[in-house]
Amino acid sequence: MSEPVRFHFDVAGENFVSAGEASATVKKLLRQLGVDPAVIRRVSIAMYEGEINMVIHANGGTADILVYTDRIVIVLEDHGPGIPNVGLAMQEGYSTAAENVRALGFGAGMGLPNMKRYTDSMDIETAVGRGTKITMEISL
Amino acid sequence: MKINELRDTLALQPLSEGDTDREVSGGYTGDLLSFVMGRCPADSAWITIMNNVNVLAVASLADAACVILAEDSVPDDAVLSRARTEGINLYTSPMTAYELCGRLYALLS
Ligand SMILES: Nc1ncnc2c1ncn2[C@@H]1O[C@H](COP(=O)(O)OP(=O)(O)OP(=O)(O)O)[C@@H](O)[C@H]1O
Ligand SMILES: [Mg+2]
Repeated sequence: MSEPVRFHFDVAGENFVSAGEASATVKKLLRQLGVDPAVIRRVSIAMYEGEINMVIHANGGTADILVYTDRIVIVLEDHGPGIPNVGLAMQEGYSTAAENVRALGFGAGMGLPNMKRYTDSMDIETAVGRGTKITMEISL
Repeated sequence: MKINELRDTLALQPLSEGDTDREVSGGYTGDLLSFVMGRCPADSAWITIMNNVNVLAVASLADAACVILAEDSVPDDAVLSRARTEGINLYTSPMTAYELCGRLYALLS
């Protein structure tokens, strides 16, 4: 197995203007690597939702993208409040987003479901008061 | 139908343009960003009244062909300049989202 191509990003918390920049950069980089546009779109959607969640709910975090010959792995890690009930958080429509971010169009409670829907596998490790690590994979 | 034909037919006012030869193959309307992210098909015209900078990110990551702001919605200058830098097809129209959807649906079917 050859070494993956890796990209690393620091995602700032509570900054709604820079939110999404890491995802936008990944989209450009994957284009340069010649990845299938339909796959790029899935990666973009899943990563954006995870990136925004770190901005809104976790005061930022890190994003690591690993491009293997047969799959793309997205790892999002934060040291935010954690998710007390993952089953509930995964339900469409469940959101704890504050009023100020709802005014921007966030808070539909669709982000985590979108991440699941657009990836082939998704794993959430989370601990209340410690943080959340989400690993998603998309096969090529 | 191409973006430039759609723009001319519906008299959309351009706020920012990139590739206007791009084909529009469908439409979607909504203001909740994750709904749009999850449900707006690629190459769609996205009709919304939301006009903040996150709209640009969603449009480009979800591969929308263009964004049509309804009811004369106009973003602030920072958003406009970012849209231009990124070459996003962004239009505004006095029509309501309802009227825009109806017109678009008729044109594309
Ligand atoms: N990284 C995270 N840290 C802490 N809580 C999180 C994190 N990601 C999601 N959550 C919790 O899970 C809930 C559901 O997340 P989801 O992304 O589905 O919806 P949302 O972010 O509230 O709204 P939307 O994504 O539709 O704009 C959030 O409201 C929040 O309570
Ligand atoms: Mg979310």
